[in-house]
Amino acid sequence: MADAAIRFRDVNKWFGKHQVLADINLAVSPGEVMVVCGPSGSGKSTLIRCVNGLEAIQGGDLVVLGESIVRSGVSMSALRTRVGMVFQSFNLFPHMTVLENIMLAPVRVRGLSATEAEKTARTLLARVRIPDKAENYPANLSGGQQQRVAIARALAMQPKIMLFDEPTSALDPEMINEVLDVMTDLAKEGMTMMVVTHEMGFARRVAHRVVFMDAGRVVEEATPDAFFAAPKSERAKDFLSKILSH
Amino acid sequence: MLDFGVISANFKFLIVQGLFGLGGFAGGTLRLAIPAIVLGFVLGIFIGLARLTPSRLISVLATLYVEFFRGVPLVMVIFWIWFIIPQILRLPIPEYGVALTAFVVFEAAYFGEIVRAGIQSVPRGQVEAATAVGLTRAQTMRFVVLPQAIRNMVPALVTQMIVLFKDTSLASIIGYVDLTKAAQIVNNREIKPFELYLFIAVVYFIFTYSMSRFARRFERRLTPA
Ligand SMILES: Nc1ncnc2c1ncn2[C@@H]1O[C@H](COP(=O)(O)OP(=O)(O)O)[C@@H](O)[C@H]1O
Ligand SMILES: [Mg+2]
Repeated sequence: MADAAIRFRDVNKWFGKHQVLADINLAVSPGEVMVVCGPSGSGKSTLIRCVNGLEAIQGGDLVVLGESIVRSGVSMSALRTRVGMVFQSFNLFPHMTVLENIMLAPVRVRGLSATEAEKTARTLLARVRIPDKAENYPANLSGGQQQRVAIARALAMQPKIMLFDEPTSALDPEMINEVLDVMTDLAKEGMTMMVVTHEMGFARRVAHRVVFMDAGRVVEEATPDAFFAAPKSERAKDFLSKILSH
Repeated sequence: MLDFGVISANFKFLIVQGLFGLGGFAGGTLRLAIPAIVLGFVLGIFIGLARLTPSRLISVLATLYVEFFRGVPLVMVIFWIWFIIPQILRLPIPEYGVALTAFVVFEAAYFGEIVRAGIQSVPRGQVEAATAVGLTRAQTMRFVVLPQAIRNMVPALVTQMIVLFKDTSLASIIGYVDLTKAAQIVNNREIKPFELYLFIAVVYFIFTYSMSRFARRFERRLTPA
């Protein structure tokens, strides 16, 4: 698999003296959907935040779309235009309308004209199923709608990879599916995705692979069927019984 | 009985000289307050940003600056610049230069703190989201952080501008003829303290009240619907 979209090779990361990622070896193929799960504090967010350089790694190598991102002189801004990210808390820009949120990066980073950017933005809003909210401010949208705008904002840069950090954890239960549906569409269209989530239904239906992390290590890596049917480690069994009993 | 004739008889001196600073003396409340607010704020932006830079040296220097000027009385700063700097430079500094310099360097410390707090009030997630879509640090600052920070800063900023506006009366201690000093000069001659000091209180109030009214309207305009 020389042509992995994302490849972690012996990746190590510390916050001060505290090691948060230990000897991570993972490869995500183009078009693959990888779900990352594990207990709180196990390093899931940190893992995916390394992929777009929001966190720097201290050891090993991380290759994204054929380019090592730890080499000095690599353009982080160029990398980030090819890797989209969606956060747990949406992080929409509250002083901008939905349309402006989506257009900001295409106009300022890509240099698109406002007309072009607006056309793309409206197409994306239709794709995330809220075409009529273009002129609203984020504060006037429901959580589920805000998260779909956040997905559209990331897609506006036409990324090759999408990272999701617990995209439905901050949502009321009745809004979770509207966001998962958009993510499922995206997966079907062949987007390469790393998704941190505890939505095991989504993992079962959509993921090609599930990675279970604990204390900064990848403890298990399996197809969803294998993982849910028979987790190998005690810690994964423990974790699953807690999650599924909810 | 009150005799407001003293106001109309000296109106030109009080307003043209004292308030606007056009006349035979170095003076003028507005002539000092307006540039002091503008320059103090501009210097304050740099100091606020300097406190937040990753460079330790710069942020420590900016912090020392802020702590120092917040720790000494404004009157002392005025006196230093009035008495000591001219000796060091061997060069006389006129009243206006002394007063303006003192206000700008002193107030910049306070404005710097307001700017820093305003920027820090913008959640980290905003910077991360902007970074994640590929904006540079400068673009993130300009399009995402500052617009939100300024909105959060407006109330504190206007309070500080009002304080500064009123504090300009301290410049009279070096003979700068501002509104307060002009009233004092007229009073020494006419002995009508009640009328004169009531009048300048009203003038100060008109300006400070307009500033807070304007700020409130500005804040409302900045709040997304
Ligand atoms: N910016 C940071 N500074 C210091 N420690 C951090 C920071 N971010 C995360 N950590 C620590 O790293 C560990 C992993 O965090 P995280 O990746 O957020 O875990 P998860 O997403 O699995 O809950 C935790 O122990 C957390 O406290
Ligand atoms: Mg997390």
